[in-house]
Amino acid sequence: MSETTPHAGRPRAKKLPSPAATVSGQAPAWLRRTIIWVIGGVFLVPLLAMLEFTLRQHGGGYGAEHWLALIDPENSRMYRNLLKGIGNSLLLAVITIAIVWVLFLPTIVLVHLQFPRLSRLFELLTVLPIAVPAIVLVVGLAPLYSVIVQLFGGDIWTLALAYGILVLPFAYRAIVSELQGMNALTLAEAARSLGASWLTVLVRIIVPGLRRGLTSATLITAAVVLGEFTVSSLLNRVTLQVALVEVSKSDPYAAVITSLLSLVTVFVLLFVFTSIRPKGSRSSRKKKKEVGSNG
Amino acid sequence: MADVQTGDPAASTSGGRALRKGTPIRFESVSKAYGDTTVLHGIDLDIRPGEFIALLGPSGCGKTTMLRCLAGLEQLTGGSILVDGEDISPVPVNKRDMSVVFQAYSLFPHMTVAQNVGFGLEMRRVGKAERATRVAEALELVGLGHTADRYAHQLSGGQQQRVALARALVTRPRALLLDEPLSALDAKVRTRLRDEIKAIQVELGITTIFVTHDQEEALAVADRVAVMRDGVIEQLGTPEDLYNRPETPFVASFIGESNRMPGTLSDGKVSVAGATLPVLPAALRTFDPGDASVTREARNVTAFVRPEHLRLVRVESPATTPEGLPVTVVSSGFFGAHRRTVVRLDGGNLLTVQHGTSEQFVADERAVLQFRGDAVAVEAA
Repeated sequence: MSETTPHAGRPRAKKLPSPAATVSGQAPAWLRRTIIWVIGGVFLVPLLAMLEFTLRQHGGGYGAEHWLALIDPENSRMYRNLLKGIGNSLLLAVITIAIVWVLFLPTIVLVHLQFPRLSRLFELLTVLPIAVPAIVLVVGLAPLYSVIVQLFGGDIWTLALAYGILVLPFAYRAIVSELQGMNALTLAEAARSLGASWLTVLVRIIVPGLRRGLTSATLITAAVVLGEFTVSSLLNRVTLQVALVEVSKSDPYAAVITSLLSLVTVFVLLFVFTSIRPKGSRSSRKKKKEVGSNG
Repeated sequence: MADVQTGDPAASTSGGRALRKGTPIRFESVSKAYGDTTVLHGIDLDIRPGEFIALLGPSGCGKTTMLRCLAGLEQLTGGSILVDGEDISPVPVNKRDMSVVFQAYSLFPHMTVAQNVGFGLEMRRVGKAERATRVAEALELVGLGHTADRYAHQLSGGQQQRVALARALVTRPRALLLDEPLSALDAKVRTRLRDEIKAIQVELGITTIFVTHDQEEALAVADRVAVMRDGVIEQLGTPEDLYNRPETPFVASFIGESNRMPGTLSDGKVSVAGATLPVLPAALRTFDPGDASVTREARNVTAFVRPEHLRLVRVESPATTPEGLPVTVVSSGFFGAHRRTVVRLDGGNLLTVQHGTSEQFVADERAVLQFRGDAVAVEAA
């Protein structure tokens, strides 16, 4: 019996190198694991350091006094601005995500499917918010916001318009890369020839296919909005980061706890969304095995 | 075929399957340009109800553009397309009732096979119960009834194209448009699916336009083939017409295989390597559009001689050499029903001869080439 024939009750087959490692030039498993641990460490060490810092007691040792102080009703006045900042940032995140979904997504799909010649120009435009320094952007936005305040008032939601510009480069790339990978044009044409309107094509065909890209765009948008400081500070709006800077001057523990919570929340959301397998995904090995030959 | 379904006057049933009578389609001076580049030059084409027509030609000849114009995926620059006598040029793609099967697998990846097939019916607001019945029928038609709950990536390429075909047929469209649907498949599957498509088309009687660059595919399935080049139809005819009576040098060289041999045209006949052969009337007309004196004068031409129009005779001994062109055998290949032998003329040119499998020639063997006397196509040298 051949040494490599796998069969129950027979001597265990000698483990051969995985075909992926030898055929496609993929890195060996130990190297992949090392890279994952190193990268994971880069992210985890600061988080653990933050956690350690927040658990330090005033009288020495470790405890949850700073965490409990944050939710203590007696301290509510002290942290009012921080809570307001959290609320504002969450509201801004929701509105900015809505801008990405309702305005950017249809525009990006339209350009990709109907006006591909505009793609390069569009791509160039989306780089501008990265290329232009935030401080310069604010200088440009300030007079614009004086008009916006006159028209709509100075409510916090108006800041979402500026945030929409800030997240455009990230949202655009996340959506476009997925759009290019799914052969969207052929799918859209197939759906159209079957009687679908453009709206149906967008909602029923393109969006489900863009699930990963949209998830990435949404998470990146949330992360950018929750982490944004320069624009909101210079436009005198209270957001999470602005409030954190203020609080950190009087209570660094509260600032670090809030930062830690916001980071962990984003990580958890990222993990949950990327773990969900969309219907018809190619993830399952079992499913893959069912695919026969070309016939 | 006779039972007419209520609510859909064009539909009938056969063996439980709903059918639709073929629809006539007419292209009238259809032209299409992208900026300064014109890809279709005033195309005129009449497609009969229930006809299977192939648009055949090399890459860039405009065949796919023509199909896309019919589907509504491209707007015409000029002319009009009449379907059942109605000009559909202003009708948007989703209202044309034409189903397209694309070269690239175009199944919606997040939907099951049944959902894919039922999508067109859903768009037409067909009720759930009827939709389920028709989806099941369509999948049975393409032999994939057992795959209804699978996703596209769980199917092979051939199965995916079958599902795409079922999805296209289930709506009982006015015409079925096939845009190189077999190109991505391997040879064996391609042949099998090609024959299945033809069988289904015959069964349903649906007007079908099939775009391909593969002449074997086109000749095998189409009732008529339109050979295209540079945005015009060079010749429209049955596969037999195109093969046996090509009207232009391009068709003669594009359809089937031809040996290009230098010759002299005079008095409507061509002299090639010592033999005088009749010239196809259509080819002659390109030289003689009404003025017979043109072909009376001898002129140098290139003749297109089919490999099966040549005969190879073995030279048993130098003393008994038969009449014909002396040649040397270069190689000989077996093709199942026949053999093809490549020979070198004493002048150095290579020619291909097709002959029966009972005769076998070996490399460097001396032989004599004879013409069977069939009419040939010619072009100006």
